[in-house]
Amino acid sequence: MYSFVLKRLLATIPVLLVVAVLVFSLLRLTPGDPAAIMAGDAANAEQIERIRAGLGLDKPIVVQFSLWLARVARGDLGESFYFRIKVADLIGQRLEPTLALATLTILLAVLVSIPLGVAAAWRFGGWFDRALMGFSVMGFSVPVFVLAYLLIWLVSLKLGWLPVQGYRRLSEGLLPFLQHLILPAITLSVIYIALIARVTRASVLEALGEDYIRTARAKGLPEFHVLVRHALANAAVPIATVIGIGIAILIGGVVVTESVYAIPGLGRLTVDAVLARDFPTIQGVILFFSVVYVLVNLLIDISYVFLDPRIRY
Amino acid sequence: MRALLAYVATAVAAAVSFGVSAQDKVLRVVPHSNLNILDPIWTTQYMARNHGYMVYDTLFGTDEKSRVQPQMVDKWSVSPDQRLWSFTLRPGLQFHDGAPVTGEDVIASLARWGKRDAMGQKLMTFVERMDAPAQNQFRIFLREACGFVLEALGKPSSNVPFIMPKRVAETPADKQIEDYVGSGPYIFKRDEFKPGDKAVYLKNAKYQPRKEAPSGTAGGKHVYVERVEWNLALRDAQSQVNALAKGEVDALERPAFESYEQLKAAPGVVLINKDPLGFQYMCRFNHLHPPFNNPKVRQAALAAMPQEPFLRAQVGVKELYRPCASMFTCNTPYGSAKGSEIQSKSSMKKAQELLKASGYDGTPVLIMKPTDLAAIQKLPDVAAQLLRQAGFKVDLQAMDWNSVVSRRAKKEPPSQGGWNIFCTAWVAPDIWNPLSNAAIGGAGEKSWFGWPTDAELEKLRDDFARATEEPKKKALAEAIQARAFEIGTHAPLGEYVNPLATRKGVTGWVIGPGDIYWNVKKNGD
Repeated sequence: MYSFVLKRLLATIPVLLVVAVLVFSLLRLTPGDPAAIMAGDAANAEQIERIRAGLGLDKPIVVQFSLWLARVARGDLGESFYFRIKVADLIGQRLEPTLALATLTILLAVLVSIPLGVAAAWRFGGWFDRALMGFSVMGFSVPVFVLAYLLIWLVSLKLGWLPVQGYRRLSEGLLPFLQHLILPAITLSVIYIALIARVTRASVLEALGEDYIRTARAKGLPEFHVLVRHALANAAVPIATVIGIGIAILIGGVVVTESVYAIPGLGRLTVDAVLARDFPTIQGVILFFSVVYVLVNLLIDISYVFLDPRIRY
Repeated sequence: MRALLAYVATAVAAAVSFGVSAQDKVLRVVPHSNLNILDPIWTTQYMARNHGYMVYDTLFGTDEKSRVQPQMVDKWSVSPDQRLWSFTLRPGLQFHDGAPVTGEDVIASLARWGKRDAMGQKLMTFVERMDAPAQNQFRIFLREACGFVLEALGKPSSNVPFIMPKRVAETPADKQIEDYVGSGPYIFKRDEFKPGDKAVYLKNAKYQPRKEAPSGTAGGKHVYVERVEWNLALRDAQSQVNALAKGEVDALERPAFESYEQLKAAPGVVLINKDPLGFQYMCRFNHLHPPFNNPKVRQAALAAMPQEPFLRAQVGVKELYRPCASMFTCNTPYGSAKGSEIQSKSSMKKAQELLKASGYDGTPVLIMKPTDLAAIQKLPDVAAQLLRQAGFKVDLQAMDWNSVVSRRAKKEPPSQGGWNIFCTAWVAPDIWNPLSNAAIGGAGEKSWFGWPTDAELEKLRDDFARATEEPKKKALAEAIQARAFEIGTHAPLGEYVNPLATRKGVTGWVIGPGDIYWNVKKNGD
């Protein structure tokens, strides 16, 4: 197990290197010049050229890459062209909102979707099952921003229960923190509720057809016990996999939600950095996301051992 | 028991009133864009300029009637030969760190500004030297008289000659400052600044406003709130409207035109046209490459581009736009229709005839369309359609704004990464006279993007810079504009205003150019 974890962690190094090369190359191939944006609309070509030189963008790409990679190897993601602060600090500033939103979203999604999926499998073909499948299709189909505007209109503007936008740090109090986060989390969780509920339903349905379920029922175990301790426990591996994938996709999915709800998180930072061609920030954020993806996948793989004792590494 | 109840009631009332009054002291604004560069001399970005107006003061301001008025300057005089300008600063001016503002600070600030700003650079070609004969005085010695000293010092838009402490102003002009001490009406809270999230400004209690009523960037800069917060995270247009309607923010600097009707109908919200001169759209031709290296082709394009379709498509709200035949801002001293007939009194039929007569060989016109900048993104579509109707072959290329501003700096032919047309918008003060208007220049590769070359135009601009009498300046401005239309520097596409949307209880917005936040009062709503 430990050697598996170590091997997986070591395997992240070439992955990150490939990501670094790809991101660096793609950014340099993309049209656009950070200096031109920084200079402003009335600046002339000469002023822009001076800014480019100041940012080190006049150096050959290979030299730029070597310098950047050497810094990254020392644990330094560089300084944002735009914000003129360390990229690591910038990520640190924006991490809390995104982390809070992602955590609450996944928590909501898991708490709601797994019972729904189990219940749908239990009442397979009934009205509840059909309703859940209908909801799933809707959850997949309705774009996040449409749902966000509808929820804002209803919950914030008509009912006046929650704020329209903004983010309050946890250090400002739990209540304002939750007040500002609950609506974005609900918005974002709908698609994951749909996804996880469908997978849970399918997995539990498959488990319910197994002999050990029939045996458990024959032994006279309560139905709840059969569903949770036997069916759900045996269906847990695919559910954990889809939750893991969900977490990975979620990091990308927060962009729209953060924009609509004005949450200053990593998603919004990524969009701003891309539009401004803030190369160090884009590179830093993508490397950070890559590490998160790798770690989430690793955690999911490790969780299999606990969910299914037959799995050994 | 009764005493206890009375005590609790009083405590609750006090807490509520404290909360309300504390709210009334914070002005929460959604600016038109993100703030990321804090040096208003290093960049021409409007957000940096607006940040500058919060933190720094200016020697002169420009009022709502476009007249230059003293601001930090108390009195000034000019020698009979107009070569020596002497200025005395107002008493009591001090920086946020308590140091007095001196003539030395002014000279260092003007020297740095004069290296970055186009009008400043022009002024510096006339300046022989500057000195500070006393702590509160400074003088500008000119090699020869010129007619725009006060206009340059009172310039209301980028780059504004903000006055910084000497130690800050001595930062090389191509390096950004890192010390944000100014002498303006607000103090920048560096520790609370989070790019993409919020910027915070505190009232500068030591600031001594002028006695005159505020007007534009001139007059008394009275501050009635303790704190101004710029919400930099709220950039979704619909979310901005929702937040204002719910009272979570106090003002939207430039709400989207699509939100205009919704905001007009929203209870508790008012729209204030605080910048009546507004903005001007334009499309710029690249004079270096075919087909627009041929003046006759540029004339045909001008004739094909009446302003109304652009304004209708981009702004859409009739009461917010107006065609303007002038390349300078209409309703300002140099606004005139002189020479504009090629565009303002033309027709598609004439455009087609002009194009046929120009010898146009079917070279495609590459128009860059920014897809992520709602304020101008429809202009290229209209330009493309009109030019096609006139007989041009058009290649409309969609890209983000960053790609547009990067690509427009390329002098290569369109087939090698260059371009033929891009469109943009200017705030009125940027283009209201021949020296500040970057699009009207004929200095070839030293000119603004598009690089027109025209010796006659340059000579007229030089004459304008030297002219000291207003009637002569007006005549020269007309001649410059006529020449600019004749050679087709660019196509002006009309003007628009973008009213500020605010809560009803927020009053005192200063009328005039610029996005400024002094004199604003929160009365609760």
